[in-house]
Amino acid sequence: MISADISVMMPEIALAVYAMAALLGAVWTGKDATAPLVTWTTVAVFLGLAAWIGLGGQGERTAFSGMIADDAFSRFAKVAILVSAAAVLAMSQDYMTRRGILRFEYPVLIALAVLGMMVMVSAQDLIALYMGLELQSLALYVVAAIRRDSVRSTEAGLKYFVLGALSSGLLLYGASLAYGFAGTTRFDGIIATIEGGHASLGLLVGLVFLITGLAFKVSAVPFHMWTPDVYEGAPTPVTAFFATAPKLAAMGLLARLLHDAFGTATADWGQIIALLAVLSMFLGAIAAIGQRDLKRLMAYSSIAHMGFALLGLAAGTAAGVEAMLVYMAVYVAMNVGTFAFILSMEKDGTPVTSIDALHLYARAEPLKALAMLVLLFSLAGVPPMLGFFAKFGVLRAVVEGGMPLVAVLGVIASVIGAFYYLRIVYFMYFGTEREAVETRMVPVQWGLLMASAFVMVAGVVNLFGIEAAAAAAADVLVR
Amino acid sequence: MENLLSIITFVPLVAAAILALFLRGEDAAAQKNAKWLALIATTATFLVSLFLIAQFDPADTGFQFVEERDWIMGLTYRVGVDGISILFVMLTTFLMPLTILACWDVKVRVKEYMIAFLVLEGLMIGVFVALDLVLFYLFFEAGLIPMFLIIGIWGGKDRIYAAFKFFLYTFLGSVLMLVAMIAMYVDAGTTNIVELLGHDFGTETVSVLGFQIVGGMQVLLWLAFFASFAVKMPMWPVHTWLPDAHVQAPTAGSVVLAAILLKMGGYGFLRFSLPMFPVASDMLAPLVFWMSAIAIVYTSLVALAQADMKKLIAYSSVAHMGYVTMGIFAANQQGLDGAIFQMLSHGFISGALFLCVGVIYDRMHTREIDAYGGLVNRMPAYALIFMFFTMANVGLPGTSGFVGEFLTLMGIFQVNTWVALFATSGVILSAAYALWLYRRVVFGDLIKESLRTISDMTTRERAIFAPLVAMTLLLGVYPSLVLDVTGPSVAALLDSYHASLPADAAGLRLASH
Repeated sequence: MISADISVMMPEIALAVYAMAALLGAVWTGKDATAPLVTWTTVAVFLGLAAWIGLGGQGERTAFSGMIADDAFSRFAKVAILVSAAAVLAMSQDYMTRRGILRFEYPVLIALAVLGMMVMVSAQDLIALYMGLELQSLALYVVAAIRRDSVRSTEAGLKYFVLGALSSGLLLYGASLAYGFAGTTRFDGIIATIEGGHASLGLLVGLVFLITGLAFKVSAVPFHMWTPDVYEGAPTPVTAFFATAPKLAAMGLLARLLHDAFGTATADWGQIIALLAVLSMFLGAIAAIGQRDLKRLMAYSSIAHMGFALLGLAAGTAAGVEAMLVYMAVYVAMNVGTFAFILSMEKDGTPVTSIDALHLYARAEPLKALAMLVLLFSLAGVPPMLGFFAKFGVLRAVVEGGMPLVAVLGVIASVIGAFYYLRIVYFMYFGTEREAVETRMVPVQWGLLMASAFVMVAGVVNLFGIEAAAAAAADVLVR
Repeated sequence: MENLLSIITFVPLVAAAILALFLRGEDAAAQKNAKWLALIATTATFLVSLFLIAQFDPADTGFQFVEERDWIMGLTYRVGVDGISILFVMLTTFLMPLTILACWDVKVRVKEYMIAFLVLEGLMIGVFVALDLVLFYLFFEAGLIPMFLIIGIWGGKDRIYAAFKFFLYTFLGSVLMLVAMIAMYVDAGTTNIVELLGHDFGTETVSVLGFQIVGGMQVLLWLAFFASFAVKMPMWPVHTWLPDAHVQAPTAGSVVLAAILLKMGGYGFLRFSLPMFPVASDMLAPLVFWMSAIAIVYTSLVALAQADMKKLIAYSSVAHMGYVTMGIFAANQQGLDGAIFQMLSHGFISGALFLCVGVIYDRMHTREIDAYGGLVNRMPAYALIFMFFTMANVGLPGTSGFVGEFLTLMGIFQVNTWVALFATSGVILSAAYALWLYRRVVFGDLIKESLRTISDMTTRERAIFAPLVAMTLLLGVYPSLVLDVTGPSVAALLDSYHASLPADAAGLRLASH
């Protein structure tokens, strides 16, 4: 049956083969001279795979005696991961070439990380889960430190690695406990041992450790400490990548684990996730207020957003998973646009990321400022932007799930959070006259910024089928 | 013309998009084009809305011109008007061309200014026509964005503080309403306002965090909506954002804020609080009464002490909105009719008063009352118009201000005599601050050196005031124009309101004290 197994994993295998070939090819030929070429090929491969999975995939199949699944959920997550990774990679090429940090390893490492993410979201087994997670993480540790001669970048990489290793340890410990008490590493085996809606004590402890490990990856409070430092220290394109695809993958994995392996014990983990969500929303909103650096601010913003997405999971229903998926898709779309803008900010050729560099930016570049305005209000969740509908979906699922008080906390946090997005608008539109920042954009960056802003407005009329796909994906998970 | 309402809502938005995408440059010609396009778009909207009122059948108490379309996330795009909302739509479309004319002299970033106002108009109309909770919320909240920018970019010295206060204050109020809306959806299974009007929300006592809530879900929902509308209205003690926002906003921004945006709060009470949560409304009406009475007396006294003209008028707005909330929760025909009437009339009068301030501000660049005096000597036409609207603000019989105040007072008198007593004293206080303001600014000798060369109103300014004077007089002597339209819908609302109150409603109210 090996050929059947392989056909399920075909996109992953193709990506793995491509990554190896690109590595070999680049080493064999011009090394860093080929980096732009490898980057664009990788983008093309990502998009090709996304089209393949998105258009071709159907039904539900499992491989390797049920360790890996190919279903609507994994397809949704994979397409989102591939598209966002392609977008981030495409917009970073110019930035990295001009700064002289575009090595050929960068696109290859990103490809390997994406491969890990694809395994993560289709894992049906604790071993497969760990395999995917580690492949992703190891690639990301290196990418964070890709600017070898910069102290901050290396520090970011090291910090990420040390804390990441700790979280992997916690996760492994949780997995071993789960294995010990359930007698199997398979998700369907674990869920079979849960009786009467509650997991046994040992399994519960294992679950808590598993959640802790994954909470680290999605940077949920109180496991968020690494996020601002790594976001600030890593080169901006890497930050953009960290803020998008890995978050999606980790949320997808968490949803899978909670529903496929512990789906009948919703009462056991709903509270934990809700607590993580509320803490993340508030810390993200409050800590961002004092930030002077856009990248740090985006780090806290992503913490707050992850809180909202977790809220969807905490509902423990199909509607909650659907809301989470839509939220993540919208979140990634917003972040791609925002980072395309941040990437282009520079003064005299050196990148600038401080907020007050944006003084009266709107006067110099009205159109780009307008696009950012749309994105910022969308990030804040103010209607009529799409960001509001994402939040609305989550809140609806939470109230339906019987947690209206948590929903109230969520909206209060989002009001606090609105303040710092407004502050950026304030600098762009109301600030005082000062030497303005330059934003030289290559067409890709410009296109992504505009497309992302356009989607935030036009999405209100039509969500381009994302809803239907998310609903199908959620149905697979919550039966 | 099945989609008349959508046309009215989206014409300004489309015009704004055209301005944003196709008009380039900052030179005089581009500025002129932007202004003309905005004027044409708002005028066209007004003309189309005339078809609306012409085809509207006041005798039909249901929703008319209803449109329905599927929308994202299982929601529905649903709009329609009834006797309560149609006049607010008319108020908006009527005032917007005048507002655009009023900012004809703006020199900074004209294109963006026009875009902001066009977007704002579309969103405001959307609030009044929306028949779906989420759609309503969307329009209600989205209006904050253009107003935030209008205050923040084109405002006065402390505009930043005012813009942030305005935004965060109203945003916090509204998000609680969002949670309430979701709870309503979960309870009733629909976001259709028409269906929700017929849905009975639970009144059994519930326990929240150990507190026993008498009146149960209705009271909780009522409070959440109240948080939003009371801020928007604004009611004492959550009115503090309004004076700041008014003082800092540019003239046209103040006009829109006072004349239309504040009415969203009152409209919300009429559309949601009263008909959907009758038991809670009945139970909490005394709270609203006393808050309104305090607002009327207290903010009138505060207005007396102001040195800034715009601030004075802003506080007077809060006082006048006190009559509206009082009238709405009196829950009788006179009270509700009066409240709607008062809102419309306040739209004309306060808009005109802010324009009056704008006229002299444009000339002298100060709003300090002390900087003026004796204007009548050089500006007779201005003195006349300012006099007219001062009197209308006081509530002189023959102007629309009188009808609104009289009807609401009549309504409240039948329900709570004491509140009526306090509220009536507000009429005297409003005469005091308004006439005193008028005396200090217009009468006396022209002794200030800086005022020696001030010129009277231009033709454009006169043209802006003419329709406002006409409407204020017309409604003052012929109030049936409004009351005939609102009457049947209000009567129907009251019928269902009183029918859904349980027989022991009075007992419940006692228990809550």
